[in-house]
Amino acid sequence: MRSLALPFRTEADGDRSSRGIIVVAGLVVLLFAATLVSLSSGPTGVGLGELWLYATGNAASLPAQDLVVLEAVRLPRTALGIVVGAGLAVSGAMMQGLFRNPLADPGIVGVTSGAALAAVVAIVLGPTLLAPLTMILGNQFLPLMAFCGALVNTWVLYLIATQDGRTSTTALILSGIAIGALSAAVMGLLIFLADDRQLRDITFWSLGSLGGATFGRVLSILPFVAGVILVIPFVARGLDALILGDAAAFHMGVPVQRLKKVAIVAVAAACGSTVAVAGSIGFVGIIVPHLLRLVMGPSHRFLLIGSAVGGGALLLIADSVARTVAAPAELPIGVVTALFGAPVFLFLLLGKGGILMRDMP
Amino acid sequence: MISAKDVTVARSGRKLLNAVDIQLLPGRFTIVIGPNGAGKSTLLKVMSGEMLANEGEVTYFGAAAHLHSPEELARRRAVLPQAVQLAFPFTALEIVRMGSVAQGSLQPTEQARKALTRVGLLGFEARPYPSLSGGEQQRVQFARALAQVPEPVVEGMPRALLLDEPTASLDIGHQISVLEVAREFADAGGIVLAILHDLNLAAEFADHLVVLDQGRVVDEGACVETVSDRTIGGVYGISGAVGRLPAAHIPFVLPQSRYR
Repeated sequence: MRSLALPFRTEADGDRSSRGIIVVAGLVVLLFAATLVSLSSGPTGVGLGELWLYATGNAASLPAQDLVVLEAVRLPRTALGIVVGAGLAVSGAMMQGLFRNPLADPGIVGVTSGAALAAVVAIVLGPTLLAPLTMILGNQFLPLMAFCGALVNTWVLYLIATQDGRTSTTALILSGIAIGALSAAVMGLLIFLADDRQLRDITFWSLGSLGGATFGRVLSILPFVAGVILVIPFVARGLDALILGDAAAFHMGVPVQRLKKVAIVAVAAACGSTVAVAGSIGFVGIIVPHLLRLVMGPSHRFLLIGSAVGGGALLLIADSVARTVAAPAELPIGVVTALFGAPVFLFLLLGKGGILMRDMP
Repeated sequence: MISAKDVTVARSGRKLLNAVDIQLLPGRFTIVIGPNGAGKSTLLKVMSGEMLANEGEVTYFGAAAHLHSPEELARRRAVLPQAVQLAFPFTALEIVRMGSVAQGSLQPTEQARKALTRVGLLGFEARPYPSLSGGEQQRVQFARALAQVPEPVVEGMPRALLLDEPTASLDIGHQISVLEVAREFADAGGIVLAILHDLNLAAEFADHLVVLDQGRVVDEGACVETVSDRTIGGVYGISGAVGRLPAAHIPFVLPQSRYR
């Protein structure tokens, strides 16, 4: 048996580290390409040529109108797409590690709804009841509120769905639906109170869109998403160990409770802040980590950072599609991601070794 | 030396362990036997530092276990839990490497390969863990524990292996080979604690046998003294079982290691 096994060691020796590095490098290239596509596509005539002129310092030779399109519309929108995509995908990947369950997507299990509820509270009550907070926090008010909403829902979900360090898929999905429904109901009540202008804000934003992007919005969520990405090296090994269970992770020297707290806060920060500026864009948190696990394996050493880069790329591509297929009108980006994402979710449920049929440990 | 002094663990009004005193000495293979619900797994949890005792304390070389950080404990002892299932397709090598990383190894991949070789799973590195059989999964977990404490003694300090039913779901050949690896670890100066259900294996491998029943240590010592009709009858409720050949029409297989 040993002599038979040896020849396979070099081509498939079970060590996927180098593959992880190659995939992450590939994703960086993809993100760069997606950025170019996003900057050069749209109803007006700013294409790659104009982009080249702008990038090489010849901005003065561009028509004033193109310059405005590029600087005031496309650049902030592209930057927002990268940050939002990264935040959504990382929060999904981290949540799946925390719950030890590839179906734990913030959108599906009600975390996004918590963030959305808190954001609606901010929109509706911001000018009146919460006016002092609005004054003090300014631009950060909405992201902070959404972060708190996401945090509450993640925490409650964790308390309900995880018993003795085990999360059952059934409990996770069902309690997620219940929490999401409750948040949506309260949101409905609040919408009742909203005036016409607030209603428009809420509708526009609940469809999910990168439209209306400004550098102010990008800056308001950048600290959250950047903070979560900086946390990655400190949680990756622990999340790997946690896949074997709370006890085994502790045996391998992981401070389990601290790790979980950090992961819950990180999930809420990444998901909540992005919801605050771009609305509910579903399925990014499940498509990206799932596809990456297929090519590089489930180790969080590369999965989390790969998700950040890949999430940004995916959202830019989805946004470019949303902007161009029905031009000059614009599809809600959530529609595009759901068209890709819902089948992936179904595949996870029903595909080979379908999760639906076996409950998680 | 790892020792439990007067350890009592109570959960929801029931005493899972009741004033247990036990010492795990370097170079000694300690085996715990006892019926279901005797508190064996609880004992292992307390000894590993995973569970806190209500009374009494567990000490690692004189210092209370809960005063060590999880990282420090991970360098002193490795634990083999009962069956572990995974929702994510890690390869066998990736699972074992987690053990080497926990130990702080500079070459975790190489160390993981060595550990897989020791449990006879060379060539299984790239196999996804969920696709392995129950016994193979068990051996991968054992390899992970070995990778976490590759040397029985480091700079004069013994390392410990705590094994919760290491032979469960293994065939008789692999039961013996797993216990032989543990035996070698103890012979080289390491500390070994194992929970076993098979009394014959326990009697063959234990330097020190601990009989647990209803949360109490009812007997301990060398196997010759502890495995008696009286103890076995009292604890398991089966009489006249020790040292008698079965009736002539029943074939029996008694495992024997190559060290006999």
